[in-house]
Amino acid sequence: MKILVCISSVPDTTSKINFTDNNTKFDTDGIQFVINPHDEYSLTRAMWFKEKQGASLTVVSVGNQSVESTLRKALAIGADDAIRVNAEATDGYFVAQQLAEVVKNGNYDLVIAGRESIDYNGGMVPGMLSSLLDYNFVNAVTGIEISDNKASLTREIDGGKEVLETVLPLVVGSQKGIVKETELRIPNMRGIMMARKKPLNVVEPISVEPTTEVKSFEKPEVKSACKIVESVDELIDLLHNEAKVI
Amino acid sequence: MSILVFAESSEGKFKKVALEVTSYGKKLAETLQTNLVVVTAFTENTEVLSKYGAEKILIGNSDALKTSDASIWADFIAAAAQKENADIIIIDASANGAFVAPLVAAKLQAGFTSNVVDLPVSTSPFIVKRNAFSTKAFNNTEIKTAKKVIGLAKNSFGLFENPVQSTVEDFSPELKAGKIKRTSIDKTTDEVTIADAEIIVAGGRGLKSGDNWGMIEDLAEVLGAAKACSKPVSDLGWRPHSEHVGQTGKQAAVNLYFAIGISGAIQHLAGVNASKVKVVINTDEEAPFFKAAEYGIVGDAFEIVPKLVEKLKAFKAENG
Ligand SMILES: Cc1cc2nc3c(=O)[nH]c(=O)nc-3n(C[C@H](O)[C@H](O)[C@H](O)COP(=O)(O)OP(=O)(O)OC[C@H]3O[C@@H](n4cnc5c(N)ncnc54)[C@H](O)[C@@H]3O)c2cc1C
Ligand SMILES: Nc1ncnc2c1ncn2[C@@H]1O[C@H](COP(=O)(O)O)[C@@H](O)[C@H]1O
Repeated sequence: MKILVCISSVPDTTSKINFTDNNTKFDTDGIQFVINPHDEYSLTRAMWFKEKQGASLTVVSVGNQSVESTLRKALAIGADDAIRVNAEATDGYFVAQQLAEVVKNGNYDLVIAGRESIDYNGGMVPGMLSSLLDYNFVNAVTGIEISDNKASLTREIDGGKEVLETVLPLVVGSQKGIVKETELRIPNMRGIMMARKKPLNVVEPISVEPTTEVKSFEKPEVKSACKIVESVDELIDLLHNEAKVI
Repeated sequence: MSILVFAESSEGKFKKVALEVTSYGKKLAETLQTNLVVVTAFTENTEVLSKYGAEKILIGNSDALKTSDASIWADFIAAAAQKENADIIIIDASANGAFVAPLVAAKLQAGFTSNVVDLPVSTSPFIVKRNAFSTKAFNNTEIKTAKKVIGLAKNSFGLFENPVQSTVEDFSPELKAGKIKRTSIDKTTDEVTIADAEIIVAGGRGLKSGDNWGMIEDLAEVLGAAKACSKPVSDLGWRPHSEHVGQTGKQAAVNLYFAIGISGAIQHLAGVNASKVKVVINTDEEAPFFKAAEYGIVGDAFEIVPKLVEKLKAFKAENG
């Protein structure tokens, strides 16, 4: 089995979000970029298939040179090789088109992307990718087993979960839950040394017309101070008469 | 041209999110001086769609739709868009909505933006405001293509009645067989889920153990609320992953959010900030959640929550 894990390089979850250039650009000053959390879970699950079922494991990211440190981290965790598509990830459809090209050229049978990236929150790349490839697709996956070319997937639905069966080739939109928190791997020194020698191939993008464009950013309004109340009676009164939510 | 809304029915009925996209579609149709068409399946209870402004209702009934393969549903919605010459397709952010929307966009070669929180900022160029950075910010995004798919964020727009006379049509386009089979389903039936909730009661590590969740359940019950938890609580196995809210969990955009024994780490706030009124109960007055909340009580949850449950029961008995 050939697995491709799609990695989005995102601001560390503790980042304060600010904008520059008259609110048209994300301010990367002082921001540390990390593997999108959902992608880190996917990568960890993919490592299991590599170690237990002999799968090959490639990671890919669409981005400029700055995403290479995130890809190196994925290599240090254990991916065999990495691909960087040398283009600014401007739009989910653009990214999906680039990834589709990578999948076609590499004949991957299992493609794992995250349910959403925590910066753009598009929730669109895995679905669009499956459409472009005409691969089967399951979203919001919290469990995956593969045997031969059959896949059994647990998918989160509103208020529960369902178990689905399908066959490879397959695109999965995966999320937290697909591995346990304790299974996440922190790269060790050996992994980091080995990662330096693993291939990180840079490929040029195909040309794609953008379908959307971010014009500007806004921050939520600064809220007024919290009202500290002394008793539950007072709280109930405020929720009923002032906030009108009960 | 027209506007198409996909309204998901569940056991023949429509959830609030379906009526919210219908409300949104109607307002947008008015702005653009065009008609609203709603496509749905397996239901006859369409009066409520008329109440929220659906001029035309297409109902699918084909067996091919009895599948968990979202690509078949996407074919169905795309066929409706083509038939009705719809340039704008609106889909909610439920589990199934989020599953199908990008597929519809890819099939129609439409530009897609999810997490949209309001009517377009401008219709020419077509720019919408959407949540980004896990609700730490918004971005205004232009959709450049002729066809557009809008994913509407939950509980962001609201419900607006707009009664109209609807025409109702059976709509059964030719569909392929799905390639994904469901082998089992496990659904809580009688509880409010995070997806449908207006009110959420969330507990954190401050509650010390999963065994102490009884009072959270009691509070949720008296309020008709869904239960949620912080990430460590689900990682520790005190509560299921499906209850985890925050940046890496579910988004909680509700009218009233109770944070009990939750410190208010930036990753937690990222997913719950879009809630309108936040109430925090915490022993530590320095807990960061107090900065993000509208109301707070500094004190021990083990004393306050049972009292709150008792008083709320009395309040509910009086106010119905
Ligand atoms: C990559 C990443 C992603 C993350 N994503 C999320 C996410 O999506 N959601 C999320 O929640 N977290 C997330 N986190 C974790 C986050 O950083 C915090 O660790 C977490 O939110 C803390 O949970 P907590 O508030 O329940 O626990 P704690 O921080 O331990 O807080 C417990 C609180 O309870 C209070 N308390 C103690 N006893 C009582 C009592 N008797 N009565 C009342 N109050 C009491 C304490 O004063 C304290 O404020 C993420 C972390 C990382 C690194
Ligand atoms: N620039 C990118 N390069 C590679 N994969 C990406 C990129 N952006 C998004 N993805 C993948 O698509 C998932 C969903 O992203 P999004 O649709 O942006 O919310 C992420 O979790 C990644 O797996």
